[in-house]
Amino acid sequence: MDEVKDVILRAEHISKTFGTNKVLHDIDFETKTGEVICIIGASGSGKSTLLRCINYLETPTSGSIMFHGEAVSSHGRGVTRYRSQVGMVFQSFNLFANKTVLQNCMTGTRKVLKKSKEEAEELAMRYLTKVGMAPYIKAKPSQLSGGQQQRVAIARALAMEPEILLFDEPTSALDPQMVGEVLQVMRDLAKEGLTMIIVTHEMAFARDVASRVIFMDKGVIEEEGPPKQIFENPKSPRTKEFLSRFIQG
Amino acid sequence: MIALLLSSPGSKANFFVWVVYIFQQYWPLFLEGCKTTFFLALTGTILGCVIGLMIGVLRTIPKPKKGNGSNFFTRAAYKILQFILLTYIEIFRGTPMIVQAMVVYYGMSYVGVDLPAMMAGFLVVSINTGAYMAETVRGGIESISIGQTEAAKALGMTHWQTMVSVVLPQTFRNILPQIGNNLIINIKDTSVLNVIAVTELFFNTKSAAGIYYRYFESFFIASILYFIMTFTCAQILRWIERKIDGSGFYKLVDAPVDPMTDPSGTLATKSSPITRKVSLRGMHAWTK
Ligand SMILES: Nc1ncnc2c1ncn2[C@@H]1O[C@H](COP(=O)(O)OP(=O)(O)OP(=O)(O)O)[C@@H](O)[C@H]1O
Ligand SMILES: [Mg+2]
Repeated sequence: MDEVKDVILRAEHISKTFGTNKVLHDIDFETKTGEVICIIGASGSGKSTLLRCINYLETPTSGSIMFHGEAVSSHGRGVTRYRSQVGMVFQSFNLFANKTVLQNCMTGTRKVLKKSKEEAEELAMRYLTKVGMAPYIKAKPSQLSGGQQQRVAIARALAMEPEILLFDEPTSALDPQMVGEVLQVMRDLAKEGLTMIIVTHEMAFARDVASRVIFMDKGVIEEEGPPKQIFENPKSPRTKEFLSRFIQG
Repeated sequence: MIALLLSSPGSKANFFVWVVYIFQQYWPLFLEGCKTTFFLALTGTILGCVIGLMIGVLRTIPKPKKGNGSNFFTRAAYKILQFILLTYIEIFRGTPMIVQAMVVYYGMSYVGVDLPAMMAGFLVVSINTGAYMAETVRGGIESISIGQTEAAKALGMTHWQTMVSVVLPQTFRNILPQIGNNLIINIKDTSVLNVIAVTELFFNTKSAAGIYYRYFESFFIASILYFIMTFTCAQILRWIERKIDGSGFYKLVDAPVDPMTDPSGTLATKSSPITRKVSLRGMHAWTK
């Protein structure tokens, strides 16, 4: 593979204010091909807001998102096209309740990418197989466990063949015994070189899988670096404090 | 039989005899009344639902915000549209249907349009139902979790695509009981259209009753007929709901077990890994 990895996505000076509540201050970072970035930080530090700003589910108050070096417009065709290339997996799965597992994974490819039924079905089956959910194609979301729903949600995002996949605490809504199956899928995706930005509270996962860890505190990037540095030798006292609290539980 | 009846008018023992007699004598009148009532209620409910659906959808269009690709005109158009829709809803929910019937029927003839009573009745029922359904549909749309809408957005779907393929099918299922309610209410409430001489069941019953001055017996028959219509509709609607909900279980396909719940956690297909190709322009795409 190419030695010079290029930047897929760059967040430039992103700030976000809700009313008078400044949630993100001047966030600046970039993501290169094949990188797995884990964002950690205390509750309310703005991790979800940042992720939502990245695919314009929230409009940043200022700053811009650059995708392959071009600014993404926050509305109209530009943003729908961009979103089709940047997948998102939510904490609460958000599967379409009226559709079967298979239909969930075909809606995006059919409606947005305008693929034929056969092509869409093939894509859906490929990624459902990948996450181990192929046997369940006829099930409705409400008939599945949380872990199974989340794996379908991952397959739904993968079926779009995105260049980056964003995860917002994908295992936080799961019972402990289901966390493993979802993390396993994500580990495999990381191994295969999918570029991912993952907000997570699973520190062990972040340490093992991340190529870079971003620690967020009060709406700013307090520290970022390779997992080894962040977890074993954090520079910022705030990072230290957060991690020590985490390890103590 | 008629001699028997006339010889003892008012006798309580003769109540059922009168009921049977009036029905035997005037059943075509009752039947015609039922047909008209049911036809008006059904078509009025259907058109009302279509109106309600359109208005409900329009009322949930996200408000265009400044600096989001909207200009002054789209924002003004949005405001005017919402104002008109709200006015319609409030006026037709806020006045009795019997009064609306009079106003529409005589109002039309006042401006020189000779609207048949039946047509006026149909209009009034539809518009009235539409006003109620608009709010029901809006509520139904808003009850679909915002998460599903966001998931659709995150796939790159537009507002309308999301509406058509995700939100409205669920809204429809959720408001089906309310549609049933409206149909049943309309079967009963079309009776007010007798004031503009629509020959529905109430009107025809009045005609039948007037001949022998047997109001109790005639309206007793009418009440049974109304109940048969509403009860049948209620059952049919329940059946449709169950049909839409589908079976409570699903069949597994191919593999009988979920490989991921196996603690060894091996993925189902290592045989079809996705690999990454780097194209000339440096753009990246997932390929087989
Ligand atoms: N729509 C909104 N309106 C107003 N305030 C909001 C909104 N969304 C988020 N916030 C605020 O922004 C702050 C950051 O929220 P965010 O959800 O990004 O935190 P987080 O780091 O993801 O936390 P958690 O780990 O609990 O998920 C919080 O104080 C929250 O109250
Ligand atoms: Mg969050």
